[in-house]
Amino acid sequence: MPKYLILKHYRGAPAPANDVPMDRWTPEEVDAHVAFMGDFAKRLEENGEFVDGQALSQEGAFVRYDGPGKPPVTDGPFAETKDLIAGWYVVDVEGWDRAVELAGELSAAPGAGGRPIHEWLEVRPFYGAPSATGE
Amino acid sequence: MHEPVDAFDEVPLRELIPAVIGVLVRRGADFATAEDAVQDALVEAVRTFGETGVPRDPKGWLVTVAWRRFLDVVRSDTARQRREVAVDSEPERGTIEDVDDTLRIFFLCAHPALTPASAVALTLRAVAGLTTRQIAEAYLVPEATMAQRISRAKRTVSGEAFDRPGDLDTVRRVLYLVFNEGYTGDVDLAAEAIRLTRQLASLTNRERADPETDGLLALMLLHHARRPARTRADGTLVPLADQDRSLWDAGLVEEGVTILQAALARERRGEFQLQAAIAALHADARSAAETDWVQILAWYDELAAITDSPVVRLNRAVAVGEADGAQAGLAALREVDPELPRHRAVSAYLHEKSGDLATAARLYVEAAALATNLAERTHLTRQAARLNQV
Repeated sequence: MPKYLILKHYRGAPAPANDVPMDRWTPEEVDAHVAFMGDFAKRLEENGEFVDGQALSQEGAFVRYDGPGKPPVTDGPFAETKDLIAGWYVVDVEGWDRAVELAGELSAAPGAGGRPIHEWLEVRPFYGAPSATGE
Repeated sequence: MHEPVDAFDEVPLRELIPAVIGVLVRRGADFATAEDAVQDALVEAVRTFGETGVPRDPKGWLVTVAWRRFLDVVRSDTARQRREVAVDSEPERGTIEDVDDTLRIFFLCAHPALTPASAVALTLRAVAGLTTRQIAEAYLVPEATMAQRISRAKRTVSGEAFDRPGDLDTVRRVLYLVFNEGYTGDVDLAAEAIRLTRQLASLTNRERADPETDGLLALMLLHHARRPARTRADGTLVPLADQDRSLWDAGLVEEGVTILQAALARERRGEFQLQAAIAALHADARSAAETDWVQILAWYDELAAITDSPVVRLNRAVAVGEADGAQAGLAALREVDPELPRHRAVSAYLHEKSGDLATAARLYVEAAALATNLAERTHLTRQAARLNQV
């Protein structure tokens, strides 16, 4: 089965429809969102489609090689950086349509007022290993 | 007819592992090969004993099987590499210093030449007797990665003299790291750390009292007692003040307090004893409101005097806030490096306590962005959300 990466963003994705920042939700709405996320992960495992899921800190820096014998250059974090990845799921599913379907479900995580946040998620196919028979 | 094997308890067997490795090393085996051989013997023992029951002398059984396994490895190496290896083909029989051997394996696995992560991995394998797969699962890394980490660690310590006394401070720190890793996968690392610390304390207290290892054991027991109250069913954190104290394990609290009192009576105080004393005062309070913060602050002062740890000073600022009021707490916090993880979370808490809810909410949001795990991030976001409702 092909593998897909479903990416969550802090910034950089188009604004979600229900765009209330989390600290403006009620504590109960925060709890409902967390419960949804937990259930989603559990369901992927039960479906046999789960590969990996990780949450990333907003912290980090850019790193660049600076020539032989020199330590790498680090810079940032840059507040103006457009794209900031918050986390991902790696799923192993029948195909693109199923990956998109799952991303759609995840995007409907509840937010302010208990309404879906309509968060934009990015789905990226993995390169597979070259097949043993194909050329 | 075989009895069902489900009930077979491998923990007593795993307790024998360091002593068995010690026997092989004394007979001339190198540590790395001996450790592999004993791990193989353990796997075989779990399989065999599950069917036939545990023999009268399980340690003798493990030594025999591990030694045979070791000789097989050495012989095939020798045949392959044409290398002479100076080991007796027949194990010598004699008195065996189990206790010393076990302690030496503790020291070797927490050798100061190892990085903390390597020392943890090696300790879990060669002292705790866990399989590489179990350790890998507990630390959420691929098994091959953990196998490499362990084999590199073994190479690092393989040249070290087995008979030299080791560094007990390092051993305690390694066990504390294992304890803090808590609970992921099917191995309960906190329980495993408690078991190892108990074993260590029983060894180090033989000739002369070792109050600091007892202090570490007490600290672990007192924290472990709170575990049932620490997380909700959905994995979110419950702060100490909000925990349902009836869920705390009274038996563990009592044991921790008893061990701690005996340790403190020795008047040789160390960091772990003082941390345990603070944990004991929390355990002693029937509600958060009844916490004896004045006494806790006194312990923090003593702790700050001996450790100079910025984390201790951060936690001390919380205690100052509780004992002497939010403004005093904020003043104490100004003496602490603001770059410290959780500095903003503490600041948010003290600002809320002082009545400055807008600043507190802003600081909770900042703290959430700096959190080092998801449960903490959610908790801090929830705190901001709560204040923003007001």
